Amino acid sequence: MPQVAATASIRDFWGTIGARTGVIRRNYKVAPGLYAAGSPGPQSPVLVTANYKLSFDALRLSLAGIDAWLLVVDTRGINVWCAAGKGSFSTSEVLHSVHHSRLKEVVSHRQLILPQLAATGVAAQAVRKGCGCAVRFGPVRAADLPAFLRNSMQCDESMREVTFSLRERAVLIPVELFLLAKPLLAAIVLVLILSGIGPAIFSPAAALNRGLILLAATGLGIIGGAVLAPLLLPWLPGRQFWCKGLVSGAPCALSAWLLFAPQLGLPEQLALVLWTETVSSYLAMNFTGSTPFTSPSGVEFEMRRGLPAQLAAACLTLALWLAGPFI
Amino acid sequence: MHDYRYIDGVVTLEVDRLRCVACGNCVVVCPHRILSLTAEGLEVSDRDLCMECGACARNCPVEAITVSPGVGCAVAIMTAWINRLVGRKVLSGCC
Repeated sequence: MPQVAATASIRDFWGTIGARTGVIRRNYKVAPGLYAAGSPGPQSPVLVTANYKLSFDALRLSLAGIDAWLLVVDTRGINVWCAAGKGSFSTSEVLHSVHHSRLKEVVSHRQLILPQLAATGVAAQAVRKGCGCAVRFGPVRAADLPAFLRNSMQCDESMREVTFSLRERAVLIPVELFLLAKPLLAAIVLVLILSGIGPAIFSPAAALNRGLILLAATGLGIIGGAVLAPLLLPWLPGRQFWCKGLVSGAPCALSAWLLFAPQLGLPEQLALVLWTETVSSYLAMNFTGSTPFTSPSGVEFEMRRGLPAQLAAACLTLALWLAGPFI
Repeated sequence: MHDYRYIDGVVTLEVDRLRCVACGNCVVVCPHRILSLTAEGLEVSDRDLCMECGACARNCPVEAITVSPGVGCAVAIMTAWINRLVGRKVLSGCC
């Protein structure tokens, strides 16, 4: 039986950095199966979790001084809530883990403690029917597990509610930025080519000069949508994220205009402001996927409004930017 | 969490009180704490706070709750749109 430590090692530290920045996020897994925390016996509680290493770590690091069994379900390296939402943390996967780990030969009781957020994918009544184990949904956050176990497996209301504090929002920013690396690379090439087009057919000097200005505006738009929008989320006016992105993008667009207006004609100034706002609005809309309160119906509702607006603004930007050198 | 409100009047959550057996499973699993059992039966206190995660419906033994569940993520929805457009079935997302 593999034994887990309740303390983090240097390797865990670097692994967390790697996952949080996005570098190894898609492949940060632990082997599914049964693990021991402390020195558990046949009466010890069984805590079920996903096989994303950050989920597994959150669980084991909360268990200092607690004897428990950890049953790690194969969720393809995805965290508890996302896996439950997308079907890999499911009733059948839990049943499979219970059988495959031969849990019933290890413990004498028939109870599983699942993270509350797994309830999206796991039906308690179906688990009981499938393997005879009663499911108890524990707290949302692993950090509350010791209190839950001490308190004869009862949760306070606060342990059952998701939160989205400044800190919880801030840790998401690196991944948001990392995911932009590939589209950004394509954007750099495209922007440099488009910016060189002018009366002289193609001017490398203009490509570099105007290109860098548009790329700077893109960068400012990214700050607006992928940094400021997450940080300022509860204070940005409006409900729809694409509108919130317009607000958080406003100071960025203003900065772009103040920085570069003296070098540009009026159409290009307009393009610059429009583009910064478009990038910010689009990225803020994408941030819906990282929050714990946006409903799919709502996201679809706002995308039907935001996406056409962003597309129109992008086309207008393109037209103005291309027209600039000819006016 | 009450700093956050998303778009009003779009959520698909429906409760059928006649079917409900008041087991309380849904009350336990709701991550936004909008469900409660009262003398009149299952109560939804603030419907617009529902994020359609589907945990309540999944854990209802008598199918008294319906919600069209999904992931509230623009990228996932866009991917689904594109997939439908090109007739692809593989879902690849960011998480």
